[in-house]
Amino acid sequence: PRHLFVQVENVRLLDRVSSRKAALGTLYLTATHVIFVENASETRKETWVLHSQISSIEKQATTATGCPLLIRCKNFQVIQLIIPQERDCHDVYISLIRLARPVKYEELYCFSFNPKLDKEERERGWKLVDLNEEYNRMGIPNNYWQISDVNRDYGVCDSYPTEVYVPKSATAHIIVGSSKFRSRRRFPALSYYCKDNNASICRSSQPLSGFSARCLEDEQMLQAIRKANPGSDFLYVVDTRPKLNAMANRAAGKGYENEDNYSNIKFQFIGIENIHVMRNSLQKMLEVCELKSPSMSDFLWGLENSGWLKHIKAIMDAGIFIAKAVAEEGVSVLVHCSDGWDRTAQVCSVASLLLDPYYRTMKGFMVLIEKDWVSFGHKFNHRYGNLDGDPKEISPVIDQFIECVWQLMEQFPCAFEFNERFLIHIQHHIYSCQFGNFLCNSQKERRELKIQERTYSLWAHLWKNRADYVNPLYRSDHSQTQVTLHPQIASCNFLYKFWSGMYNRFEKGMHPRQSVTDYLMAVKEETQQLEEELEILGERLASLQKVQSNDNKVKSKQQDQNKELGRSTSNISLANTPQEYNSNLKSFPSRSPSQGDEEDSALILTQDNLKSSDPDLSANSDQESGVEDLSCRSPSSGGCLPSEDSGKDSDEAVFLAV
Amino acid sequence: MEFAELIKTPRVDNVVLHRPFYPAVEGTLCLTGHHLILSSRRQDDAEELWLLHSNIDSIEKRFVGSLGTIIIKCKDLRIIQLDIPGMEECLNIASSIEALSTLDSVTLMYPFFYRPMFEVVEDGWRSFLPEQEFELLSSVTDEWRLSCINKEFSVCPSYPPVVIVPKSIDDEALRKVAMFRHSSRFPVLSYYHKKNGMVMMRSSQPLTGTNGRRCKEDEKLINATLRAGKRGYIIDTRSLNVAQQARAKGGGFEQEAHYPQWRRIHKSIERFNILQESLIKLVEACNDQSHNMDRWLSKLEASNWLTHIKEILTAACLAAQCIDREGASVLVHGTEGTDSTLQVTSLAQIILDPRCRTIRGFESLVVREWLQAGHPFQQRCAQSAYSNSKQKWEAPVFLLFLDCVWQILRQFPCSFEFSEHFLIMLFEHAYASQFGTFLGNNENERSKLKLQQKTMSLWSWVNRPQELSKYKNPLFEANSLVIWPSVAPQSLQLWEGVFLRWNRSSKFLDEAYEEMVTLIEYNKQLKAKVNALRRKLAELETDDQTQENP
Repeated sequence: PRHLFVQVENVRLLDRVSSRKAALGTLYLTATHVIFVENASETRKETWVLHSQISSIEKQATTATGCPLLIRCKNFQVIQLIIPQERDCHDVYISLIRLARPVKYEELYCFSFNPKLDKEERERGWKLVDLNEEYNRMGIPNNYWQISDVNRDYGVCDSYPTEVYVPKSATAHIIVGSSKFRSRRRFPALSYYCKDNNASICRSSQPLSGFSARCLEDEQMLQAIRKANPGSDFLYVVDTRPKLNAMANRAAGKGYENEDNYSNIKFQFIGIENIHVMRNSLQKMLEVCELKSPSMSDFLWGLENSGWLKHIKAIMDAGIFIAKAVAEEGVSVLVHCSDGWDRTAQVCSVASLLLDPYYRTMKGFMVLIEKDWVSFGHKFNHRYGNLDGDPKEISPVIDQFIECVWQLMEQFPCAFEFNERFLIHIQHHIYSCQFGNFLCNSQKERRELKIQERTYSLWAHLWKNRADYVNPLYRSDHSQTQVTLHPQIASCNFLYKFWSGMYNRFEKGMHPRQSVTDYLMAVKEETQQLEEELEILGERLASLQKVQSNDNKVKSKQQDQNKELGRSTSNISLANTPQEYNSNLKSFPSRSPSQGDEEDSALILTQDNLKSSDPDLSANSDQESGVEDLSCRSPSSGGCLPSEDSGKDSDEAVFLAV
Repeated sequence: MEFAELIKTPRVDNVVLHRPFYPAVEGTLCLTGHHLILSSRRQDDAEELWLLHSNIDSIEKRFVGSLGTIIIKCKDLRIIQLDIPGMEECLNIASSIEALSTLDSVTLMYPFFYRPMFEVVEDGWRSFLPEQEFELLSSVTDEWRLSCINKEFSVCPSYPPVVIVPKSIDDEALRKVAMFRHSSRFPVLSYYHKKNGMVMMRSSQPLTGTNGRRCKEDEKLINATLRAGKRGYIIDTRSLNVAQQARAKGGGFEQEAHYPQWRRIHKSIERFNILQESLIKLVEACNDQSHNMDRWLSKLEASNWLTHIKEILTAACLAAQCIDREGASVLVHGTEGTDSTLQVTSLAQIILDPRCRTIRGFESLVVREWLQAGHPFQQRCAQSAYSNSKQKWEAPVFLLFLDCVWQILRQFPCSFEFSEHFLIMLFEHAYASQFGTFLGNNENERSKLKLQQKTMSLWSWVNRPQELSKYKNPLFEANSLVIWPSVAPQSLQLWEGVFLRWNRSSKFLDEAYEEMVTLIEYNKQLKAKVNALRRKLAELETDDQTQENP
């Protein structure tokens, strides 16, 4: 095979839960993937990891059994290998370091990934999400808002889109003037407009106010935004940073709006920490997730100490504040942080999601990410380390937004059209670089790279498979669906939960063994088949009663129906089948969460095959299948068993205690 | 004693009731011997509160001018507030509630006065008899017998009159074994695993003392449960340290030398006031109104509640594992064998035995492994999370068990016939009830109180179809397999249905539940329709054929 760089035999893949269990197999490195294939001939289970998912590779001290290599992934998979020869291990290590840190966009997987769609299909895929359509949906342009071409050719702000929506009264002169008074020229622009009461959410970067600087155009800009909402006599300006951080910025000639200089604004700090604090927080939480057999105290203490849920709550609180201002007070809000592309994106999108049921549909959620993140220049490449770059730029900004959505889904189980799997797959693909959507740091860069001509859109892929992502409890006419969501903010700490479905995504044994969502999806599918059959049977009955003749064709059709029905019923009964128990009775910790769900066909290591295979499958055939397939509905994966702890205890106790 | 003596002010008008997430209600407050009743005067929508005095865990009163306020904290963890005009009325009400909620005599409790308003279809007192259980056992094995040795509760006061023991051990030997076990709780059968014939027994600790006393009959009894060449496991729910300390007080554990076929495993499940304090801290954390995330997590951690859950579940999984995977018999005990022992034996059965995951089977489990096995409900459930009494015997042992069941239910949402509501209902009735089921500390006391004759059984009420339907899990589809829960911290969660029940609105979760029920019901209706149509079609087609081919 052309792109096979390394092949090592007799490598062992350790089970993360039980270190004594390991699978023997062969390790392959290709241009795009790390692949481990188990030797066990009957299963030949495969583990595929995209290079772009690798966040760190750690070579540990050689032991008698070999040289351990630890691969941590951005989708929270952790792979532990033991390679017999130190030299081989070193080779793999060096190769992976290079492969996991591409320096050119062209090296990324999306440029070689080919789902065998023709040009038209690809173009249609990219057109699935159309932001002009979205602003039209909001009711814009209208008497107060218009589209501005001031940024055509990215002349004013190179991290903004070419098409920006601004108040009608904001002339090009005002916009340009305001942009000069804002960090990276990110002037106030419309993010969300509420047509019921004219209140809007605008976003920008911090003003370059220093200790006393003013800018007339910037003041006019804010006034224009306020006046575009005739029902309100003031404008909220929300600085999402902690006050101390904002004040420190003043010394650097930046800062925040002085209420005295702007007419009729109410200024508000909401303390969301910066990307460095968030990066460290995630790091700490992942360390907790990685603990071997932690006690309850270790876990809870570690979770608290990471501060992660505190940060999630801060982001939610900011979103809730803004949603309330818009929906209940009818007041427009201008949101910014420092550059206005991280916290601002989080907060604007959380607020939009709370306000508008459309964003809680599958399509609407894609639009939301496209609007608040992709188009407004969230630096995907820097934040998610797609290309080799400054590690201090990396931060789980959109991961936090995705978690906020999950926390809301937990509180409002009927309000979202999509399910948890949808969120997990989006997170996965933000890092996978398999689709072009999230490449680069801005629209300008993406256009220069001709992303749309050269890669495929994730949205089209998700849309094609939307049946997998449906929340069975969602009903478009349900009361939860239709209104602004009001999360319970009073005494709501306990409503924020650790998301094991994401951060322990690959430890399947930790998750509920039967999934209510999958069960209900199967019920709904069956219901649909029943409805169809009912119709056919009704017709058949009518014709029989009328003609009273026997017709073999219809009979056979009916049998087909029976078969179909049977299949879906068996799906349901599978839902209650727990895992097979591990045959190895002697070793107590008999659970292997990553144990195979399906035996996949033999591995064929050709680039062509990689290109053609289904993206999700090609990303791997098994660990990921925990999410991809409905295996949790029929948890046939390795026996679970009293999990690590009881396993450990029993082992030691049974064999050592006496 | 007359209740009237305790009720100085039976009725106060213009009382305002405050409850979280509900609008305040103004109405008339009435006190009866067993209830606190608030009824609003509005005829249209008469908002009413009926609260059993026995459900009241503690009350606080305070005054602003002549307006008194009573805060009532209930055993089911709810907190309500009553604003009572008039200082004297308020004081009277408060002292009456205090007296009525702490009656000394069991026979004054509500179950002795409760007159059921429903027709008894099946007498719950006779629904789960040991004889029936033994009959089931006899159909699969003849190695066990029903012993009436404890007929008059003469051998072991906390055991039921009949127990199941190995056939080869006669009553004489049992008497000797009883002398060798704490509170005479000799090893009895708890569970028979049909799949491989392995058993789980339970007992109290052996009285080995410091000089290593032994009892041949005890050794013989438990060895009688082993197959030739097979070994068994003794799961001691105490840590080795605690078990060793118990020797100084005459207790102890099975020495290897005397029980060579048994391997002993020590787990450490907490008991008594440590658990009670844990509950108090947990509920305090849940009621904390501060917005500080860190404080919530550290309070949750400091309560240790989830640590207890993890310990108990782990021990139960271990027992189940020994039986199902290792093919070994198991003996479980702690000190008395009335608390942690029962948590382990009953949870292990839920893991192993699909029958225990049905409503009827679970009720039977509660009767066998908790009520008949002598868990002292009256002592343990005397007070709940808001009590100030530091009585050693109060402990949420049963609530922890229910919480563990909920954890397994959450991990296997389709494998249980009952829903979370069923578990919550049992929690409520264990602490305060109109039924006699959870009164008394053991069968001996229950028989002396003549509960069967004088009170109604909870099961008589619950098992009526219209009541039962409230507790059915719409997702249930029988699962005949052993279900192994995960005990990783990531897999264990706070039981919101109990601990956050009164602190958050459950509107959206309830709506989701209803939507789920609707989906499943609609599916069932369609299935029925399709099947009916199919039959009809088949009939018509045969008619056709017979017409065509006469």
